[in-house]
Amino acid sequence: MQIFRPGADSVIRVALCAAAIVPFIAAGLAYAISSSPYMTQQNITRNQPVPFSHEHHVGGLGLDCRYCHTSVEKARFAGLPPTETCMTCHSQIWTNAEMLAPVRTSLAENRPIRWNRVHNLPAYVYFDHSVHIAKGVGCSTCHGAVEQMKLTRQVAPLTMGWCLDCHRDPRPALRPREAVFDQSWQFPPNQEDEGNRLLQAYNIHPEHLTDCSVCHR
Amino acid sequence: MKVIAVTIIALLLGGCADQSMRQQKRYGTFGAADLWPDGSSARPIPRGTVAQTDAAWQAASTPPPAVTAALLQRGRERYNIYCSPCHGLDGKADGMIVERGFPKPPSYHTDRLRAAPARYFFDVITKGYGVMYPYAARVTPEDRWAIVAYVRALQMSQQARLADVPEAREKLP
Repeated sequence: MQIFRPGADSVIRVALCAAAIVPFIAAGLAYAISSSPYMTQQNITRNQPVPFSHEHHVGGLGLDCRYCHTSVEKARFAGLPPTETCMTCHSQIWTNAEMLAPVRTSLAENRPIRWNRVHNLPAYVYFDHSVHIAKGVGCSTCHGAVEQMKLTRQVAPLTMGWCLDCHRDPRPALRPREAVFDQSWQFPPNQEDEGNRLLQAYNIHPEHLTDCSVCHR
Repeated sequence: MKVIAVTIIALLLGGCADQSMRQQKRYGTFGAADLWPDGSSARPIPRGTVAQTDAAWQAASTPPPAVTAALLQRGRERYNIYCSPCHGLDGKADGMIVERGFPKPPSYHTDRLRAAPARYFFDVITKGYGVMYPYAARVTPEDRWAIVAYVRALQMSQQARLADVPEAREKLP
C-alpha cells in the first residue's frame, strides 16, 4: 500500500521553499507599499477653501517665501499667513473676485481660513524649519518647485528613511545661506567640495544628526 | 494553548489600525479647534496683556541703532522681501504688485520723503499708511530700523554726486 501519491514529494518541496521565501517577499511588499507615493500621500493636490496658487504668487509675481511664511527663520513652524497678509494686497486688487470670497469673510468675521494640511508629519516627530534654514538647507530641497505649483502638493515622501538619508550625510543638500530662499538656485558641479566646506562653515556634526532625540523628543 | 494563541492574535491585530501615536489628541500649531468661536486653537492674546519681553521689545524701537554695513545688508534683505513688491527694488514705486493694479505709493526719491525723518519711515512700517497695511506683525523693530537705513541708502544712490565718491572717477568711462 502506498500512503503518499507520486506528486507528494514535489508538493512538500514547493511548500518548504515557499515557507522560506514568502516571509521575505511579504516583508518586501509591505515595505514597498508603506513607502509608495500612495501611502506617503506624495503629489496629491488637496482642495482648499481658496485655490491659492504658489505658481502665481511666487513664480509669477516673485514674492519671497518669507513675505507670507514669516516665522520660517525663527521658529519650528514656517508660519501660515494670517488673513491680514492676504488682504495687504487683496484689499485693493481682485476685491470682488468670487474666488477670494472666503478671504473677505474671514477678515470680516475674524475667523481664520481653514486650510487643508498638505505636509503632515506624525505627532511623534519634532521638526524645526529654522535650524534647517540656518544650516543651509534650501526650501526647494524638501518642497520642490513650489513656484510651479498651481495647488500646493507634497513632493518629498517625508518618511523616516528619507529624513535619515540626509541626516546621515547632509553634504549633498547644503547650499550657501543666501541661496536658501532662491527657488531657481541649482547645485553647482563641485557640490562635493562645496558640501564639505559648508559642513565646516555651518558647524554641522553629522555624527549627532542621527541621534534619536534629534527628531524624537 | 488555545487561549494563548487567541490572545497573541488579538494583541497583534490590535497593533494594525492604531493611529493614536501618529495622530495624537493634541493641537498642532494653528490647528483647528471647535471649542472657540473663531475655530482656531491659536488664541489671541487677551486685551491689555504685557509680555515680559515687552520692555526690551519697545526699547528696540528707540533710539535708532548705529548704521553699520551689517545693518544695511539686513535692511536690503528685509526691504526686498517685504517692501519691494510695491515700492520696487529701487524705491521708485514700480514694484510688481503696483504693475498689477495696486495704488502706486509715492517714490522715495521726492523732496518730501528725502526730508522726512527716519522715525517717519519707521512709524509707517509699524502702523501702515493709506492703503498700506501695518507691518508690525511681520517686521521686528530691529528690522524696521534696518529697512529705514536701507531706504536712506536707496535715496542717496539716486542723488549721488561724483564728489561723494572721488575714488569712483577712475572707474567711470
